[in-house]
Amino acid sequence: MNIDLYERIWMWGVGVVLALFFTSTAVAALGHQIHPPSHVETIPPGQALSDPRFRRQGVSLDQRGRVHARVVGLMFTWLPPEMTLPADTPVTFHLTSIDVIHGFQIVRTNGQSMVVPGYVSQFTTRFAAGEYLIACNEYCGVGHHTMAAKLHVVPASQWKSPAREVADVR
Amino acid sequence: MSADAVKPRISVETPSRVLPREEPANPLIRANIWVAVLAFGVAAAMAMMQAISRANLELPYRSASMYYMSVTAHGVLMALVFTTFFIMALGYAVAQKENGSIPWPRFSWAMFWLALAGVVMAIGTVFAFKSSVLYTFYPPLQAHPLFYIGLTLLVVGSWGWAASMIVAWRRARAANPGRPVSLAMHATAANAMLWLLATMGVAAEMLFLLIPWSLGLVKTVDPMLARTLFWFFGHPLVYFWILPAYAIWYTVLPREAGGKLFSEPLGRMVFTLFLVLSTPVGLHHQFQDPGIPAGWKLFHTFNTMIISFPSLVTAFTIVASLEVAGRLRGGTGLFGWIRTLPWGNPLVSSVLLGCLLFLVGGFGGAINAAYALNSVVHNTAWIAAHFHLTVGSAAALTFMGAAYWLVPKVSGRELELKLLAKVQPYLWFIGMALFSFTGHIAGLQGLPRRVFATSFGDAAQAHAWQTLTSISALGGVILFTSAGFFVLVMLGTLLAGERRAQPPIIWAESLGEPPGGYRTGLWDRLGLWFVVAVVLVAIAYAIPLWDLLHLTRYGSPGFKPF
Repeated sequence: MNIDLYERIWMWGVGVVLALFFTSTAVAALGHQIHPPSHVETIPPGQALSDPRFRRQGVSLDQRGRVHARVVGLMFTWLPPEMTLPADTPVTFHLTSIDVIHGFQIVRTNGQSMVVPGYVSQFTTRFAAGEYLIACNEYCGVGHHTMAAKLHVVPASQWKSPAREVADVR
Repeated sequence: MSADAVKPRISVETPSRVLPREEPANPLIRANIWVAVLAFGVAAAMAMMQAISRANLELPYRSASMYYMSVTAHGVLMALVFTTFFIMALGYAVAQKENGSIPWPRFSWAMFWLALAGVVMAIGTVFAFKSSVLYTFYPPLQAHPLFYIGLTLLVVGSWGWAASMIVAWRRARAANPGRPVSLAMHATAANAMLWLLATMGVAAEMLFLLIPWSLGLVKTVDPMLARTLFWFFGHPLVYFWILPAYAIWYTVLPREAGGKLFSEPLGRMVFTLFLVLSTPVGLHHQFQDPGIPAGWKLFHTFNTMIISFPSLVTAFTIVASLEVAGRLRGGTGLFGWIRTLPWGNPLVSSVLLGCLLFLVGGFGGAINAAYALNSVVHNTAWIAAHFHLTVGSAAALTFMGAAYWLVPKVSGRELELKLLAKVQPYLWFIGMALFSFTGHIAGLQGLPRRVFATSFGDAAQAHAWQTLTSISALGGVILFTSAGFFVLVMLGTLLAGERRAQPPIIWAESLGEPPGGYRTGLWDRLGLWFVVAVVLVAIAYAIPLWDLLHLTRYGSPGFKPF
């Protein structure tokens, strides 16, 4: 195939750009372990509220003192509708839905995940102190735009931590 | 053999009012264009209402259920009906130009009526407020059974079209052994094969999961399996839209602009690469989903990056072809050729303005597909703003421009309301810029997509969005005006255009064509590349689907959105 010189230069340039894309993605994913939420765990959706994993929604500390937030989505609210978390501390969110697909989005942060009935989503992130809005970003029915929760993030020193769990819920 | 060769040409003395005999497939092409134009008009009206509603402006009959019904209607009519029927019309025109007729005309008509019946069925249940599940129809939100059955019939009808295109391509190859078919035919056949492969995902979703579940034959459905099958189809769907637009850019634009196509052999490579690479990428729409391990998402990310290669090659070829045109028209200097391009020709201006918006949309797409960045934009207004630059501008604006070029040729009528046709692409550009740029910013500020109102109970974080959604609404009104102009021009032309002999379709000449013409090469062997595509899809999807099927899964019953 006869290819014009300028076009050949362009195609090499495109190749270099793509190589940079590949490298940066590989470094972020494999080097820094930055992944989108990709947890694989299932749960019977109809019984999620009585399942030991989600019977108590909200903030908890595990036996090793790590902070967890368990949230259940349903048409058209998040349970619990309000949470307080410590700043600059890794928090692991566990999410599921008892009805349709919802989208858990902590507005203006990178904290978000799809919330699918029958599955448990999980991601870990940390926050600066402040007030956050949690919205639903997957259409879930006529009240979708009202599905919201509040997240207060306070300096870790002012955070009233819950008692550690005696046994791991998992 | 081309249509011009088999039919006697009108002699010079014949007054142009004496009409040539109509080409055999023209009525079918016009029927497809009618459906596309009407679907587009209705969908555009829905869109304006949504834009105003989202800016929290009060409208008569404004309600959340009306809004979500209209989002569903807009998505289905624009993304699935307008595009598919216009692409089918264009494909039949290409095949007729290539071989003088289309294969199996009666079968093609039957498939047209089947697809149309499916559309009427599906959209009827939407307007009856029975199927407000949006065009992605994720279960366990459940629509009326006729919604799923109707959309399946639309897909089956489009399979008939795809089969016809592949047969036309084979006939053209057989007629000229050793010679490549026209680039337009090559692109159409590649797109038809891509479509057959892509729709396997949605067909499986419909037939094995959604239709039995909506009819009550099975109680539950696994939402993750359904989503995965949907996005198996959902990403190549965007290439099904964009390839016909690219075909117009390669094969019509250079000639309309007064120049030649810069490098035809690379064009063949581009369309073949899209056939090979379009499907094993769907997981990049599911970055935020549970149930799929990160490794497979990463693999699809790399595949997604590779597919930008043929698009970037296209960017060079199209700009180079335009520069050839601009210089032939007397343009000089580094950028002088841009000024001399025929900006008043609605096909040329549609494509040029669509390309400008696509440039921004392409960069946005790279961010969406970026493994680590997606968490910032997923399911926000950014996404809707993004694909209104790609399918809503690069594809839709090209289709509108192509309609101004094609409809006179297949109807034997003069384009009516030419002034409106000239203004329309510019209005679309302005409207889309306002709508889309504000949407991108609002998305970065966290505004979720597909919401009826944006106040979230008067949350402080939501205040920043109000100005942006108001500007976006203004963009929506301008876009609606532009859409109205397009529909008026089409109706005027199809119903009342002056009957006059029209110049036939002539594809753009290739710059640097060797004496004696091109010979068939590796990129022309679409059958071989289709097999490669199937293998790549198997690699990308077999294990993730197998793993998903072997989880202890709990299905979901259906839920009505309201």
